[in-house]
Amino acid sequence: MAADATVFPYGLRVLVVDDDPTWLKILEKMLRKCSYEVTTCGLARVALEILRERKSKFDIVISDVNMPDMDGFKLLEHIGLEMDLPVIMMSIDGETSRVMKGVQHGACDYLLKPVRMKELRNIWQHVYRKRMHEVKEIEGHDSCDDLQILRYGFEGFDEKGIFITADSDTTRKRKDLDKDHADQDSSDGATAKKARVVWSVDLHQKFVNAVNQIGFDIGPKKILDLMNVPGITRENVASHLQKYRLYLGRLQKQNEERILGAARQDFSNKGTSENLNLRSSFQDQPSNVSSGYPHASQKIQGQSSMLDSQLEDTKCTVPLPASDKSRNSVNDVADSQNVADASPLSGVLSFKGLPVNQDNNPSETMIMECQTWNGGVPSKQFMQYPKHNHARCDLLGDYACLPKPDLEHPAAPGNFFTPPPLISMSCSMELDARNFSDVKPALLDCIKSLSPALTCTVDSVSVQLSDSVVTSTSSDRKFSTVEGLPYFDQTNSQGPLFRSQEPSTTCGLDLASLPEDLPSYPLQGVPFENIGLSSIDLFHYNDTMLLAGLQSNWYDDQEFISETTDYPLMDGCLFA
Amino acid sequence: MDYSNLRRQIIFMKKSFFDQGYLDEQFNQLEELQDESSPNFVEEVVALFLKDSPRLLINIEQAIEKYPQDFYRLDSLVHQLKGSASSIGAVRMKNECSVLKAHGNDKNLEGCRRSLQKMKREHATLKQKLESYFQLLRQVGPRNSAVNSRK
Repeated sequence: MAADATVFPYGLRVLVVDDDPTWLKILEKMLRKCSYEVTTCGLARVALEILRERKSKFDIVISDVNMPDMDGFKLLEHIGLEMDLPVIMMSIDGETSRVMKGVQHGACDYLLKPVRMKELRNIWQHVYRKRMHEVKEIEGHDSCDDLQILRYGFEGFDEKGIFITADSDTTRKRKDLDKDHADQDSSDGATAKKARVVWSVDLHQKFVNAVNQIGFDIGPKKILDLMNVPGITRENVASHLQKYRLYLGRLQKQNEERILGAARQDFSNKGTSENLNLRSSFQDQPSNVSSGYPHASQKIQGQSSMLDSQLEDTKCTVPLPASDKSRNSVNDVADSQNVADASPLSGVLSFKGLPVNQDNNPSETMIMECQTWNGGVPSKQFMQYPKHNHARCDLLGDYACLPKPDLEHPAAPGNFFTPPPLISMSCSMELDARNFSDVKPALLDCIKSLSPALTCTVDSVSVQLSDSVVTSTSSDRKFSTVEGLPYFDQTNSQGPLFRSQEPSTTCGLDLASLPEDLPSYPLQGVPFENIGLSSIDLFHYNDTMLLAGLQSNWYDDQEFISETTDYPLMDGCLFA
Repeated sequence: MDYSNLRRQIIFMKKSFFDQGYLDEQFNQLEELQDESSPNFVEEVVALFLKDSPRLLINIEQAIEKYPQDFYRLDSLVHQLKGSASSIGAVRMKNECSVLKAHGNDKNLEGCRRSLQKMKREHATLKQKLESYFQLLRQVGPRNSAVNSRK
């Protein structure tokens, strides 16, 4: 690291690129006042040369969007690809589409001119974030030491509390590790955020090996044992497992998506509005369930592609399986949500209005019908589920019900919301979605409410890995990044992805009693009692996870189009 | 030399810039950046702007006259000028850029021309005002830079 870690971010080495000499001078002055080391450049091409030549000599790049010799976005891409430095874009034009474009091309921030000094003061966070990410990647399990170092390095630095927070989370985690480890039915899952475990490449590899040996359906405890890694708990494994499954599912979904590409397009447009519809239908739905879940009848098609860079496919809409129109509560939505829309996040529902979210009542369960998104397969898939999930889905603790990660069900993997037809999820509302400033509240709610269900992928193989490294065994997608999110690591702006890896295992969802005739359970009258999902604390996807997921997804895929504006929402949803 | 008088003049002049809408908050920001290591920062920045902006104006004029159909090019050039004007807080010019852009979007060449003429006038006025201002400042000397950096 070039900048002195002990006095970070002082001495941060910034390269400023702007064709306007006046701005160049001003920015230079501002950055100098922040005690950064500044290099200015008036041409994009020259900037690239400088960077190529002295790649390791810069920590961050700030560039204007409009430049005569090269499009700022192009420069941004180059830098991201070749040097992997965080890049901040600037422009006098703050139009959403432009900003979006910046984000899509990988900008970790987008500043509007006239830029103020206070905005520049904080640019170090992008560098820090990236480093954190890298540290985690490399060091994985043992990264806490490095993080400690970084943390101490920052101690005198009180700009933003985020880093401190992150570190203290980690520290706390370490301390609590032993305690948690022994605590199988830890109520931790139900508690608010726990310190995160960093899933390094190494750690993940062990995880995958273990999973491959014994399969998903054995459960996190066995996986944990097999892994034989000290310091991680069953909850850690469980949550990681879930993500993994989702990830795999998403990959699967991805493949299918490509086929359904065109169809998807149509639906995606509808998606958003559908969400809204869904919401209202949720709200309007009389509670069918004893617990008073209003939306029970929503069929949720879970798709795991949250992590997928193909965010565009995910819409935060209830993926209503085309096949199952009986759900009338959301029929309208369902119809539009046609399965053809291979939105990975089919399961993501914008439960904006879901009371579930609001109530934070653990006992409230949202019954969601999960259906795989796959265009065309939904009903079938769905049918299969009931057989599986029954008695198996102990969402959090035990993934016994989860099928092996072989994507045996084409559509299933990654079914976030697996069809246990009625997944009663008591949205554990610990998750505080409000932290997600980037995510619409609806999504957050959605996520929250879905989270229990998410984990309960009855037969889905896909544990969506939101931010863990997933070595896809069944797909050719290789994971190289530790932090798990191959998708994530591309952008600089990924927040502490792992921050929120709370052992979400406390999802008390016990699907054991899920009725068997679930096929189409639109959540209609699934008696909650039957479901036995009581304390659902499904995943608490930490806010940051959500964010990270969102972000990483954005950057990951160039195909990401402007429609993605909705996607983040979806993403957040899943990871609530 | 009557510094107090000069200082009053300076203060008054600066105030008028704001009141009459020639400059905005950005100008204050520049003054805040001025410090011991760059005691004439604001003047330097303004000088830079005044030196560079004619080029942009010429480019725009050229675009209108030589490439009257190329509104995309025109838009890009106006965008540059707008960005530049925003650097010192030249709000009138900035606004005029928006007007010019709008004309360009409407493919209203005549409107663009008129707007450009107005822009040139604004530029000339601003230049003259700022140059007088800094001249005054120089007269009172660095000791009185408090006038500038006072927030």
